[in-house]
Amino acid sequence: MSTGHVLLGLLSRGQQHGYDLKRAHDDRFPAAKPMAYGQVYASLERLHRQGFVEPVAVQRVDGPDRTVYAITATGRAELTDWIETVETPFVHVANPLATKVTVALLVTDTAYATTCLERQRASHLDAMRRYTRAKTDPSLPIHEVLAADYAIAHLDADLQWMESALQRVAALGEAIAT
Amino acid sequence: MKSTEDEQPALTARSVVMSYGHTPALKGISLAIGKGEIVAVTGPSGSGKSSLLLCLAGVVTPDAGEVTFGDRRISAEGEGQRSRLRRTEFGVLFQFGQLVPELTAIENVALPLLLGGRRRSEAMTAALTWLDRFEVGGLASTRPSSMSGGQAGRVAVARAMVAEPKVLFADEPTGALDTLAGEQVMAQLIRVTRESGTTVLLVTHDARVSAYGDREIRIRDGQLDHHPARHLASVSGPDGDLG
Ligand SMILES: Nc1ncnc2c1ncn2[C@@H]1O[C@H](COP(=O)(O)OP(=O)(O)OP(=O)(O)O)[C@@H](O)[C@H]1O
Ligand SMILES: [Mg+2]
Repeated sequence: MSTGHVLLGLLSRGQQHGYDLKRAHDDRFPAAKPMAYGQVYASLERLHRQGFVEPVAVQRVDGPDRTVYAITATGRAELTDWIETVETPFVHVANPLATKVTVALLVTDTAYATTCLERQRASHLDAMRRYTRAKTDPSLPIHEVLAADYAIAHLDADLQWMESALQRVAALGEAIAT
Repeated sequence: MKSTEDEQPALTARSVVMSYGHTPALKGISLAIGKGEIVAVTGPSGSGKSSLLLCLAGVVTPDAGEVTFGDRRISAEGEGQRSRLRRTEFGVLFQFGQLVPELTAIENVALPLLLGGRRRSEAMTAALTWLDRFEVGGLASTRPSSMSGGQAGRVAVARAMVAEPKVLFADEPTGALDTLAGEQVMAQLIRVTRESGTTVLLVTHDARVSAYGDREIRIRDGQLDHHPARHLASVSGPDGDLG
């Protein structure tokens, strides 16, 4: 349950109310979907029930009441557990690119599969160019640099796969021709 | 057609053909590179990337077709003219191991300026500036044998840029970008060439390096690779009905 852990992470730096948490989240994870207020409050409720956070104050600043939450000792332990748990490698074995190439080979010929792969490559490279350009801005904050590195590494994995797929398709073409 | 100085491409190739004995390397390549453009050249191993670079940089004369740099038809020029051109207008950066082993880093970098007749003190000052730009100023008096691969690569980049070339030709300049150091050399190289408006041709097998360019030229089997969209309906298969 990752939204809750992100909120716990943000609270580990000091108590905050939901509104500020939402803003801190959106600020720090610009590539993620902005958090809806409802989602923040529901998540805080759940964390409270689990004993990971507790309300410590209610702020009234010309508007609605705002409950300020703090992380508990159990919450900190839970946060540490989550951070230290190694993620299962997420492997896209059945990926849409490979499926498309296979179908292209079924429907037509190796030249067509090559065209599809090259066009996909151009599109991936466009995306990679955008992240690369963004990353070369020296004023880019660290969390955005890390996010760009991650995106580039994943695009690169796809691109490497496309290169080897192109070579396999070319070899198949030669085998059929002879 | 009227063309002003600025509209003219920096480099063009027209139907360039080149072979090594009986091995064809380039089978009729035509392209134009704009001034200040950073273009990556990619393609499978043996597809002709390095051969194309050698022809465009005037190191090798094509068997047929022509290469122009501005108004000059360099494919028709003699070796003397071309080597002067390479010294004054081009920076050439081939794979590692091209530093002179007997010379220190600063002497290696100053070399193109000294060969061009620049005063020694001036050449050394410029060399140090370029070493600093690639964060190897501290190695100024180190010889290549005592440098790491990455450090030697940075010194080679500094040497290719020291004469402030109009066009930089780089064949696999950084090796893989899987290290932060390699990535920083690449980012710095792009920063300085963009600032100076240098045209760059970058041969690489690494998509990460290619992504630093404005566009990519794909080569396959000695020819440019074009892949316009093509509709399935226009492709004749054994059975046209997909429904
Ligand atoms: N010095 C040489 N003598 C003979 N043949 C050569 C020579 N250099 C290259 N070739 C051949 O010319 C063709 C193109 O080679 P080239 O070096 O331009 O490829 P490349 O795209 O740079 O490959 P790589 O990615 O492996 O560096 C290949 O078939 C290669 O075997
Ligand atoms: Mg090569």
